[in-house]
Amino acid sequence: MKIKKAAQAGSLESCDILITVEQGKSGTGFALALESPSLSQFGEQIESEIKEVVDLLGIVDVKITAIDKGSLAYCIKARTETALRRASGEI
Amino acid sequence: MVEKKKTTKIKDQLLRRTRLYIPGNNPAMVQNAMIYGADSLIFDLEDSIPIAEKDAARILVRNALQTLDFKDSEVTVRINSLDTELYDDDLKAIAHKKLDGILLPKTETLEEILFLDNLLTNLEEERNLSQNKIKLMPIIESAIGVLNVEQIASGPRVVAIGLGGEDLSADIGLRRTKDGRELEYISSKIIIACAANKIQAIDTVYVDVNDTEGLYNLTLKAINMGFQGKSVIHPSQIEPVHRAFMPTKEEITKAKRIIKAYKEAIKKGSGAISVDGRMVDLPVVRRSERILKRAQGNKKTK
Repeated sequence: MKIKKAAQAGSLESCDILITVEQGKSGTGFALALESPSLSQFGEQIESEIKEVVDLLGIVDVKITAIDKGSLAYCIKARTETALRRASGEI
Repeated sequence: MVEKKKTTKIKDQLLRRTRLYIPGNNPAMVQNAMIYGADSLIFDLEDSIPIAEKDAARILVRNALQTLDFKDSEVTVRINSLDTELYDDDLKAIAHKKLDGILLPKTETLEEILFLDNLLTNLEEERNLSQNKIKLMPIIESAIGVLNVEQIASGPRVVAIGLGGEDLSADIGLRRTKDGRELEYISSKIIIACAANKIQAIDTVYVDVNDTEGLYNLTLKAINMGFQGKSVIHPSQIEPVHRAFMPTKEEITKAKRIIKAYKEAIKKGSGAISVDGRMVDLPVVRRSERILKRAQGNKKTK
């Protein structure tokens, strides 16, 4: 999957996460800016859940901004996938 | 002897007093859906989701089905109707072993049920799900749907039919009243179509979320007419509906005596059963079983 445009999914409601994705410059790989009320406790876990979806969709260079509002894994993965699919122009 | 027509339907008499609608794009509501004690959950991909968020809701509900534990509740999804371009992606996303049923909005003909049955058979085969695992629950919300409900009720996988009062009212051009009398003919038609096919009729939603007594009273009326459940749109609506479905102590005691007498009669091999000096036949036994089931269900969730 290739990122063709910036896109967003999710919201700032409780239990949700707002994911914004943009195309990364070639060779920059996976870059994440994460904001979360439980950053020290769950930051790494949230990052690995986002990364898992990015890898699964075969995306290499991507810049992601995530604002977490206490979301669970199923939601983090859903919002990441939706944002990436939107960015690829698939939807 | 006249041969009675036998139905080849899936036997399913799950308790469906309440089925709770949950907007499929709201994670807070999706992940807490199981805590309110509704008999059935409906994750909605249709009317509560704006067109620009259909993709997001579909993926969120898919992930929820794959990973969350919905405890004892039956798990269903309301997909987008067959006249949209969305239903196919909906089905592909949600056909999963945790999915018990699909609500098909705006059902108007048996052909739609047959079409969906075919799609589901293929998906079940592809994904190694057991055959006919996913049940269908059409919603009747147009005049044509009402006219065709007898055929729709006879369709494969169909275990319950819901009445969609709001859309139906708009289609017919009737005005809703507080006591719901304008829907009596339509309700009865749906209930009889369901009873003839040994499936359940589920009443429409009550839109005034703050009026729990009004909901309770209309639910009593629905039960008297023969509805076996009600769709609800807020967790606070579950308690009044379950209360309405709760049999009285006298009904429970009597039902227990009837079942006991029936079991003893079977053991003895005697055909006629009498309780309190009154003859009891099979339909009375079945009704008693239903009363006990409702009483039990209430014990579990309340």
